[in-house]
Amino acid sequence: MLTRGTRRIVVSFAAQERLVALFGPSGAGKTSVLDAVAGLLRPEAGRIAVAGRVLFDSGSGVNLRPEQRACGYVFQDARLFPHRKVRDNLLYGWRLAPSDRRWMSLEEACAFLGIGHLLDRLPRTLSGGEAQRVAIGRALLSGPRFLAMDEPLASLDAARRDEIMGVIERIRDELALPILYVSHDAAEVERLARRIITISGD
Amino acid sequence: MTMLSPEEWGIVALSLKVGIVAMLGALPVAFALAWLLARVRFPGRVLVDALVHLPLVLPPVVTGWLLLVGFGAHGAAGHFLARLGITLMFRWTGAALAAAVMALPLMVRAIRLSLEAVDPRLEGAARTLGAGPWRCFATITLPLAMPGVLAGMVLGFARSLGEFGATITFVSNIPGETQTLPLAIYSLLQTPDGDATAAKLAVVSVVLSLGALVVSEALARRSGAGLGGRRGGGRHVL
Repeated sequence: MLTRGTRRIVVSFAAQERLVALFGPSGAGKTSVLDAVAGLLRPEAGRIAVAGRVLFDSGSGVNLRPEQRACGYVFQDARLFPHRKVRDNLLYGWRLAPSDRRWMSLEEACAFLGIGHLLDRLPRTLSGGEAQRVAIGRALLSGPRFLAMDEPLASLDAARRDEIMGVIERIRDELALPILYVSHDAAEVERLARRIITISGD
Repeated sequence: MTMLSPEEWGIVALSLKVGIVAMLGALPVAFALAWLLARVRFPGRVLVDALVHLPLVLPPVVTGWLLLVGFGAHGAAGHFLARLGITLMFRWTGAALAAAVMALPLMVRAIRLSLEAVDPRLEGAARTLGAGPWRCFATITLPLAMPGVLAGMVLGFARSLGEFGATITFVSNIPGETQTLPLAIYSLLQTPDGDATAAKLAVVSVVLSLGALVVSEALARRSGAGLGGRRGGGRHVL
């Protein structure tokens, strides 16, 4: 996989591991790489393929739209839809996914993440940890072929970090979903990642 | 306050009809312009922005005269509409057009502010979850901007009710056809015994305008403080 982003971010790596971490200091362009993989940012040139599927290739003119990429993107700030209850946030992608990609039900997601009691709440009433778990559930329920996680622990306190890290380990081990994981925290990356790609600031 | 006579009710009804038609007619145009100004970067954007706001600062009589030039019997637009069998001159539809043009800047402003307050990152999140551009617009952008759109509609309606200068210039002051509340009040003040009736109609105007302002302010506050606004606090569109 190779991306050359608009901010002259040049990244090139091919990985087989389930959880690949993009590691580097703030401002190095890690989020831009994730955005390019998810289709929210168009690279100037390069090629992006995940699980054998070409998402972007400037050489052959391939550029799948974000909605075609099946990328379960978990944002740093959860980015839940503020006008929809937790249930409708969770089901937003599920309702749009073709039935063969709905490999998880709402009940399973709630049990997996422990968020069943939050379904009728609005996002603004959730704590940081709750919101992040709902965001992970929303991404999983959209039937993704892989996950992109952007510092999902950054806004959480120590206890919540540990809890969400446990969830991510279970996604990695139990769901066997490829994960591209962005972080600037060495300990976090050490614990979670099977493969670490370091992105320098320049 | 004594009850209104059938004739006075007729004036109120005509005003409401003109106001509603003007507001609904201006709405799609206002939304398109608001979207253009809020979301699209294009050369000449400043010029479009200025043109949209022009009716707000131009003397209304000039706006009315421009409509007369464009939509009158000899105007290009008037000529075109005449071929379709539509005349706006001295008709209530002409009054609605004048009111719509005058209401447009306010509506564009309110809708644009609410569109700018919608976080585009939420739209990006919706796209990654499988929503195409239109679905994203219908399920994320529009609901989040809705309080501002409604506020714009209420303001546009209220502005249309009060339109005077452009209307009287464009379609004259014809009882039962183009004589809306402000025009009727103006006429009554010119007649010897008209003061009492003018006062009654003035009270109706105040009530309608005040109600509209309260509703639009409440809606603007909701869009600012409540749902996903990037900017905190209530936003005033006036």
